[in-house]
Amino acid sequence: MKHRADLVFRTVALGTLVLALVALAALVYDIVSGGLGRLDWAFLTNMASRRPEDAGIYHALAGSIWVIVLTAALALPLGVAAAVYLEEYGTRSRIARLIEINIANLAAVPSIIYGLLGLGVFVRFMGMGRSVLAGACTLALLALPVVILSTREALRTVPGSIREGSYALGATKWQTIWYQVLPMALPGILTGLILSLSRAIGETAPLITIGALTYIPFAPDSVWSPFTVLPIQIFNWVSRPQAAFKENAAAGILVLMLLLLFMNAIAVFLRDRFQRQGRS
Amino acid sequence: MRTRRLEWIIERALLLCAALSVATTAGIILVLSVETFEFLREVPVLEFLTGTEWTPLFATPRFGVLPLVGGTLLVSAIAMVVALPMGLLSAVYLSEYAPDRLRRVVKPVLEVLAGVPTVVYGYFALMFVTPLLQRVFPQMSGFNALSPGIVMGIMILPLVSSLSEDAMRAVPQGLREGAYALGATRMQTALQVVVPAAFSGITAAFILAVSRAVGETMIVAIAAGQQPRLTANPFVPLETMTAYIVQVSLGDTPQGTLEYRTIFAVGMLLFLMTFGLNLVSTWLRERFREVYS
Repeated sequence: MKHRADLVFRTVALGTLVLALVALAALVYDIVSGGLGRLDWAFLTNMASRRPEDAGIYHALAGSIWVIVLTAALALPLGVAAAVYLEEYGTRSRIARLIEINIANLAAVPSIIYGLLGLGVFVRFMGMGRSVLAGACTLALLALPVVILSTREALRTVPGSIREGSYALGATKWQTIWYQVLPMALPGILTGLILSLSRAIGETAPLITIGALTYIPFAPDSVWSPFTVLPIQIFNWVSRPQAAFKENAAAGILVLMLLLLFMNAIAVFLRDRFQRQGRS
Repeated sequence: MRTRRLEWIIERALLLCAALSVATTAGIILVLSVETFEFLREVPVLEFLTGTEWTPLFATPRFGVLPLVGGTLLVSAIAMVVALPMGLLSAVYLSEYAPDRLRRVVKPVLEVLAGVPTVVYGYFALMFVTPLLQRVFPQMSGFNALSPGIVMGIMILPLVSSLSEDAMRAVPQGLREGAYALGATRMQTALQVVVPAAFSGITAAFILAVSRAVGETMIVAIAAGQQPRLTANPFVPLETMTAYIVQVSLGDTPQGTLEYRTIFAVGMLLFLMTFGLNLVSTWLRERFREVYS
């Protein structure tokens, strides 16, 4: 009797897990069946258009790549520097403790709030306008907590004996960090960076809030250009009543998901390569 | 001597980068406060917080935020009804029952579920879940609270599951063995020993999940409609706080106007709600950590 209840409970628990996986399968099926027929070379190379059958994703794809490259360029040095300070320098100080708590809280602030921050500080106060640069700054602030947390984890995996060996040879603290600790932690740092970027590339709300426009029929050519990104273009298409635009949205989602897949593949490749180098 | 000075400069520079996070928090609070203050000079706080009509873009604007708060709470509640039991059950299964091989397959898949962009979930809610639900509830409108709520629950499930599982795995093995020695079954051990022992960690996960649901934007902006309405009916269109901010940002409301400032006032309210929830969650997790390590 007791064991029957046990079996039932176990089945129910397994059932919920299966249900979650079924939901994922339904999501993938829905998008592939909705968008695969629309996905072709012209869709990738055409610009936005009022006519759904002519509309393409080129401008949004270019915008996404501009923004994400710039975000990486901002978030990597700032995030690694902050993590190095917290992990290697200020571990016991009260300032470090305060910063730590603050980062944990920032990681849970809704992304749309970052959009309002970007609107107030970058777009208006610093006068960047609704540019690629303002978007990248906003997303960099959004990505920083994750970059810092994953970098700290990567730094923690470097054994203390490496640092002691370096000090014994007369290296200073910064020389030790720059020549020994950071190279060893690099695979972990890059993996964390790419994972946080793959979250940032799917972000829609903060960029809408800073005013990235939804109808931009050209690709950005500098950091000061107005821009749109893949998720915003998808949102724009989903919001239109015509069925043909919904098909475009599904095809756009496929492009976005393929981009995410590509980024994750790079992360896996990098980690693999660096690990092999470390061993030899 | 020169290297010493260089070391000193580097350390300060690194500290400055770390302090950027504090500046970010300060920036958020400052930007929201300034605009909210300007907003509240024209609209009394009491009217803002207790009014039941939200029509800031109409000719005769009304600034009662309750319909937006109500919409947010309704969608979040539906999401929690999905995410909490399912997340907890799958965490119990993964932590107490699943063989190691299965865990290694399922965890990455759940991570994929958590990594899907929210705009994709919005499409899924509007184009797949809503039509499906309309077959069961024919009276349901094309935009509603139920469908985005359910989809949001699916989105948050991996968060609940993985944080709860971490909490349960941190429960010392000795407690389980003690329960088995007393003749308890696996279910009794899981539900009456492990879950209570991990209670504060699980609660922290639940609160964080609520905070995520309250701040989630794109699913509701796409699938819930944009009609502020104070209702508990999950079948009709409504608007959440986040969806309102998106709606105004998409329009051409000129900056500096009262309508424009509403998004900062609503944002301030949203920030305070999520920040409060996050603080409680952190506090609970810290307490939990003290017990077992």
